[in-house]
Amino acid sequence: MATQNPQPERVNYLNKEYGVGSWLLTTDHKRIALLYLLSITFFFFIGGFFALLIRLELLTPAGDLVQADTYNKLFTMHGMVMIFFFLIPSIPAVLGNFLVPMMIGAKDLAFPRINLLSWYLYIIGGVMMLHCMLTGGVDTGWTFYTPFSTAYTNTKIVEAGLAIFVAGFSSILTGLNFVVTIHRMRAPGMTWSRLPLFIWAHYATSIIQILGTPVVAITIVLVAVERTLHLGIFDPKLGGDPLLFQHLFWFYSHPAVYIMILPSMGIVSEIIACFSRKRIFGYSFVALSSIAIAVFGFLVWAHHMFVAGISVYAALIFSLLSYAVAVPSAVKVFNWTATLYKGSIHYDAPMLYAFGFLGLFTMGGLTGLFLAALGINVHVTDTYFVVAHFHYIMVGGAVMGYLGGMHFWWPKISGKLYPEGWARLAALIVFIGFNLTFFPQFILGYVGMPRRYYQYPPEFQVLNVLSTAGATVLGVGYLLPMIYFLWSMRYGKPAPDNPWNAAGLEWKTASPPPTFNFDEEPVVTWEAYNYEELDSPHNDAPHKQEVPVAR
Amino acid sequence: MPDSQTVAVSGEGHNPALLHHFATEEQQRNSASLGMWIFLATEVMFFGGLFCAYLIYRLKYFAEFSAASKTLALSLGATNTAVLICSSLTVVLAVYAAQHAKRSMLLGNLILTIILGFVFLGIKAVEYNEKFEKHHVPGPSFQFNEVNVPGHPGQYANPSHAQIFFALYFVMTGLHALHMIIGIGIFVWLLTAAWKGRFTPEYNTPVEMGGLYWHFVDIIWIYLFPLLYLIDRHP
Amino acid sequence: MSEHSSSPLKTYVTIWLTLLAGTALTVYAATVDLGNFNAAVALTIASCKALLVALFFMHIRGASERLIKLVVITTVFFLLILLALSMADYGTRAWS
Repeated sequence: MATQNPQPERVNYLNKEYGVGSWLLTTDHKRIALLYLLSITFFFFIGGFFALLIRLELLTPAGDLVQADTYNKLFTMHGMVMIFFFLIPSIPAVLGNFLVPMMIGAKDLAFPRINLLSWYLYIIGGVMMLHCMLTGGVDTGWTFYTPFSTAYTNTKIVEAGLAIFVAGFSSILTGLNFVVTIHRMRAPGMTWSRLPLFIWAHYATSIIQILGTPVVAITIVLVAVERTLHLGIFDPKLGGDPLLFQHLFWFYSHPAVYIMILPSMGIVSEIIACFSRKRIFGYSFVALSSIAIAVFGFLVWAHHMFVAGISVYAALIFSLLSYAVAVPSAVKVFNWTATLYKGSIHYDAPMLYAFGFLGLFTMGGLTGLFLAALGINVHVTDTYFVVAHFHYIMVGGAVMGYLGGMHFWWPKISGKLYPEGWARLAALIVFIGFNLTFFPQFILGYVGMPRRYYQYPPEFQVLNVLSTAGATVLGVGYLLPMIYFLWSMRYGKPAPDNPWNAAGLEWKTASPPPTFNFDEEPVVTWEAYNYEELDSPHNDAPHKQEVPVAR
Repeated sequence: MPDSQTVAVSGEGHNPALLHHFATEEQQRNSASLGMWIFLATEVMFFGGLFCAYLIYRLKYFAEFSAASKTLALSLGATNTAVLICSSLTVVLAVYAAQHAKRSMLLGNLILTIILGFVFLGIKAVEYNEKFEKHHVPGPSFQFNEVNVPGHPGQYANPSHAQIFFALYFVMTGLHALHMIIGIGIFVWLLTAAWKGRFTPEYNTPVEMGGLYWHFVDIIWIYLFPLLYLIDRHP
Repeated sequence: MSEHSSSPLKTYVTIWLTLLAGTALTVYAATVDLGNFNAAVALTIASCKALLVALFFMHIRGASERLIKLVVITTVFFLLILLALSMADYGTRAWS
């Protein structure tokens, strides 16, 4: 058995200071990461609650649980909360904040106080959104298309918009912080080609956050101005063009989906390398594909507008570009698969999530190609096919990656080991629940069930019931890790510095790490993913453990 | 690629302005600089959305945009452009002064910058007031009746389309003015810090960074002026 | 700040005067009927002025590192993408 490093008395970032003030005024990126962890989990519950109500309503063909207007608010708030207050911050603000400085050998991010400001902006935006929801909410769909949102609805558009505006600045500042940190604060010897792919993924994500978010911010300003002053920028009756709103909105909101998936891809690279005991196949291709996704992601936005009234020539261009953007994602999937080939595979919980990601992201991505084809798009736009597509990527992809990453780095973050048996069970439950929830929705969409409808023809009921049943299973799967992670903080076995015998600078320091991450600034003289060296019997590095032993 | 940083022993002998998580002052200054440039990139995209809306509507409603643009006071707009260009000079001279330990030059140019900023805002206020009086402010009291389209006598501009011009005019110049106000605030802070002697040839990063922000605000106006004021000024 | 030591101030004043001249030129050009080229001329002059401010006042020209230039070029590129691809829609609607 691996020796347990005696941890109890060591000063680390968790026990260095106690008291609410030391947390709320911290500039330690690791503590800020935990503040984010609590906040985004809270909003995950809120968004999940709305999902529960939606799926309950859809158990029966008739609209009998809530009224139509209420249902509109349910799916709107589900979308807004899940996208802006859970998915977009989740991995960068929790795992990114925690790991980026450590992975590059730095003491903290470049701008620790701005990091704290990011969290406060997120909280302020979140409180505004909560207030908005509690006082009536919004019913336009998370996409708040004009002129309904500017001229016709009487729900709280301006307040919700401002909440998202504020949260958007949180996102921008996080991205800014990461880019400057990665450029300026790498330890000696940590060259670009030795960076973990997690870093490359977060770098690409940050580019999108920096360049895209301001455009949705100004769009929100225009909507707010139009709504309060009754202008005609987007109102056709006054000469405005509603499609202009959609262009500006989707210019951000499409790249936003890459903000949501790229960090998860970075996690998957780390997990697959560790649990195959191999360097990721085609490291440069995977690294550059992250950048390519960020760049190409900005070129495809009008594929959300194929049936909205754009010119057919523009539709052709955007369709072609949408096919192109799938290529770098496919490059990643192929390289991950090649990494698995002849690897020494271990089926610990993080790896189960990574496997889940591979299959589910591939399905989500391929169905994206279906949607990029104009002919199919006309048939399945605004049906459950689209809903299934994006949930496969957002939940089957991003959330699986997030959960895998939380398990993988939990020993580092908390200094405790989670119970592996329960974790594997939870991963399985999540996978089964997820597919049961969303696969029927592909079929529902194909046979014509529209999205955002609270009632449907009776012949669709079986599939809807399956979907709701799946959602219940999925919910159980999500609750389990929350329970055993909390349990482990009190009762879990103390974690060694490197329970997985993984590559990466974060594993070379204590679990949990000291406040300034490293006792001495590391000097990097080895390539990334040096698993051959780590597994070599001649390796007598002080942190060598036996083959992964977190039990 | 960062320069290789030696492991810094924090504590003795370094500038008190060096923050603990940086190894060297150069790393700190380079980080601040990159951070400010990236922030300016976000500002470019922020205004960029407005430029996109402007572009589309100018092409669509060129007649109304011409007519509406002609009602703006060209001399005031041109004066404001000159004011901002002069303020960019005073800013860059202030940065130079900070780098060369010329205290009175630094203070003088910071003060001049602030004054020029207020002059800009004052002229803007005069323009906005004129727009208000002529009922060109978008909203319930907007009027743009029987205004001839330049070059097409007998053709009247559509008030709804003209309102779009003015909506964009006020949002774009209003957002710009907001950034000016923030810029003036930043420079007031820089002035007080400079007065206390906080800037030296070794440490003057805040002045440089404030300067970058100010120049950016100037660049935005350099584009706003011809786009808003000079659409159709030929007789 | 890697220019010849005595001339930063001279450079600044020269650029300042150039910018003022450019403003006067823009106003003058707007009074001449160039048809569709008025906009192009105005934007060209504005871009030259912006470039001068960026290169000389914001010190991009003297910067030893290409990173800042990359940040600026990337940002302008994506702004142009927003404008150009939106125009791909608006410009071709009449064709359908």
